[in-house]
Amino acid sequence: MAKFKMHLLVCSGTGCHASESELLLQNLKTIINDKGLDTEVQVIGTGCFGFCEKGPIVKVMPDNTFYTQVTPNDAREIIEEHVIKGRKVNRLLYVNPETQEHISDSKHMGFYKKQLRIALRNCGFIDPENIDEYIARDGYEALAKCLTEMTPEQVIEIMKKSGLRGRGGGGFPAGLKWEITSKSVSDEKYVVCNADEGDPGAFMDRSILEGDPHSVIEAMAICGYCIGATNGLVYIRAEYPLAIDRLKIAIDQAREYGLLGKGLLGTGFDFDIELRYGAGAFVCGEETALIHSMEGKRGEPTMKPPFPSVSGYYEKPTNVNNVETFANVPVIINKGAEWFASIGTEKSKGTKVFALAGKINNVGLIEVPMGTTLREVIFEIGGGIKDGKKFKAVQTGGPSGGCLTEKHLDTPIDYDNLVASGSMMGSGGMIVMDEDDCMVSMAKFYLEFTVEESCGKCSPCRIGNKRLHEILDKLTKGNGTLEDIDRLKNLSYVIKDTALCGLGQTSPNPVLSTIDNFYDEYIEHVTDKKCRAGQCKALMQYVIIAENCVGCTACARNCPVNSITGERKGVHVINQAVCIKCGACLEKCKFNAVVIK
Amino acid sequence: MTQVKSLADLRKIKDDLQGKMGLREKSNSPESLVQIRVAMATCGIASGAKQVMEFFMEELDKRNIQAVVTQTGCMGYCFAEPTVEITLPGQAPVVYGYVDTAKADSIIEKYIKNGELVEGIIPVNYETIQK
Repeated sequence: MAKFKMHLLVCSGTGCHASESELLLQNLKTIINDKGLDTEVQVIGTGCFGFCEKGPIVKVMPDNTFYTQVTPNDAREIIEEHVIKGRKVNRLLYVNPETQEHISDSKHMGFYKKQLRIALRNCGFIDPENIDEYIARDGYEALAKCLTEMTPEQVIEIMKKSGLRGRGGGGFPAGLKWEITSKSVSDEKYVVCNADEGDPGAFMDRSILEGDPHSVIEAMAICGYCIGATNGLVYIRAEYPLAIDRLKIAIDQAREYGLLGKGLLGTGFDFDIELRYGAGAFVCGEETALIHSMEGKRGEPTMKPPFPSVSGYYEKPTNVNNVETFANVPVIINKGAEWFASIGTEKSKGTKVFALAGKINNVGLIEVPMGTTLREVIFEIGGGIKDGKKFKAVQTGGPSGGCLTEKHLDTPIDYDNLVASGSMMGSGGMIVMDEDDCMVSMAKFYLEFTVEESCGKCSPCRIGNKRLHEILDKLTKGNGTLEDIDRLKNLSYVIKDTALCGLGQTSPNPVLSTIDNFYDEYIEHVTDKKCRAGQCKALMQYVIIAENCVGCTACARNCPVNSITGERKGVHVINQAVCIKCGACLEKCKFNAVVIK
Repeated sequence: MTQVKSLADLRKIKDDLQGKMGLREKSNSPESLVQIRVAMATCGIASGAKQVMEFFMEELDKRNIQAVVTQTGCMGYCFAEPTVEITLPGQAPVVYGYVDTAKADSIIEKYIKNGELVEGIIPVNYETIQK
């Protein structure tokens, strides 16, 4: 067998894929072959490294060199310089934004220093399309141990002791859920993996399925063994074509190895997995709606109880867990409940994956122990706010969550602390906002999303959210009254108390938390008709300062609606009645004469 | 493809792959392992550094020593090629010159296994800007 002395890991996640990492991978392979190095250097496509901001990523092993923003044309230089001559390509190394230093080893990058990767342990390390690489990393060992050495009760006991809670948002103890489903009596039961990731900005489930699909397959089989199910279903959104492809390849490989199908690992236990595609409705992430959608019915939630663990898919007991929850399971079995429970806070064990997005320097996917503070996540791992602006708030939990402000920066992140701060864990999306973001518009944006995604079954959600959106819209247009703010609050409480499912019960959260934390801003929108962030178009004007205007006519020439008049070398004026507030004049003016008022 | 029928089968697949994956696993914690850098610039390769590097990789594997073998550029000791820098965990790096496979063998046996210095050390008399 050829003995490779060097591995080139190329990120093949969706983000890097979109920046031509596939072509880069091909180029590297071709050049390696041309130079006759194919017996010495192996090029491997892997899952997401998480550092999507700087993709495509190429990592060179064993010297741990981390190249960022690599284009297909850089392939030759990497091979000729680094691979052949042993000289690192400096210009492709990550530059520390604070010190302007080139950092070659990923372990010295702020982005990775504080991370602890459990669910993402194999992402960016193994080839997701090769089951052998997963097995080499202790893959399927947990399943083998469970099937041959443990009873289902013992496995459930480990899961309970580990303290693993559902990573999809609710935070329900996974072990307890397994136990309840295992105790339901039925001739048939189901294991369902919820891969209907719908929170705007969250993509951890996709990355796990793309980077380490076998971990989910293995965990589903373990779950099947525990609860007495022989069928597993993955409900995955059709918008994730790459994840679907990788999952299909992984399932086929597992079947070939006898790790799925009849008589797993030589025991009498049968288990197989099928895929079900979601059409991308947000509400189908709710477990009852998800089950209805899988049955071919409308994706609408139903009242709980009965819980799916008692009556789920075709009225059979069904255990629904999220992708990230499953990804934690094999490690817990291998390393023990005590090990897992030693990480995290008192009531939230282990780690959580967060998708960092918004006005932050290092946009990407990170995994940190529970109890890490927001400050560490945003300023140390995330590298702080873009363009040196001031931090304003971070929205966690997507459209169901709330915003956290400066005063929450030092709160350790876990399920309970986030709820106590008026937000929630959700699936782990973190959207960071700076001083240029208007909180009223932000609340409006999320309401727009919930109005769009509401299934329409119950009136509080269908009609209530629509009204919330209308009032917010009125505020951003400068037509709001102080009573409107009270009305927003009252209606929000009513919706929270009366809506049928999680979507409706949490949809007013962005409104309530922005009113709580940014009441001044709401008042300003009403009484002063001002938007301090300059985002609400109706509440701002572009004005030309006469002293600064030199009459270069750049603004007038670029105005799409001809709202600017003035003589050459004379002061120009914007006709507010015609102006559409596109900002083109501000962008073109070289003399700082155009300002927002 | 043969089916995996037991935990033993699974472990066998895993062991077979250690050589392949080991490279990546090890580079996750190089500080705790023996690190070997072989100078592989034109001068080094011309003097046989490639064979030496292969020898190190194969022999360390055979003798079951956990080590990371990497190549580097020219260290400047072109008169003494092939040159190899060995860093034992927690110790300062030591550079050996004129390393052929026989020398490599004694380096493994004496220095890497027992910490006993072998003849042919090139004294390092420079500082780098990183320090």
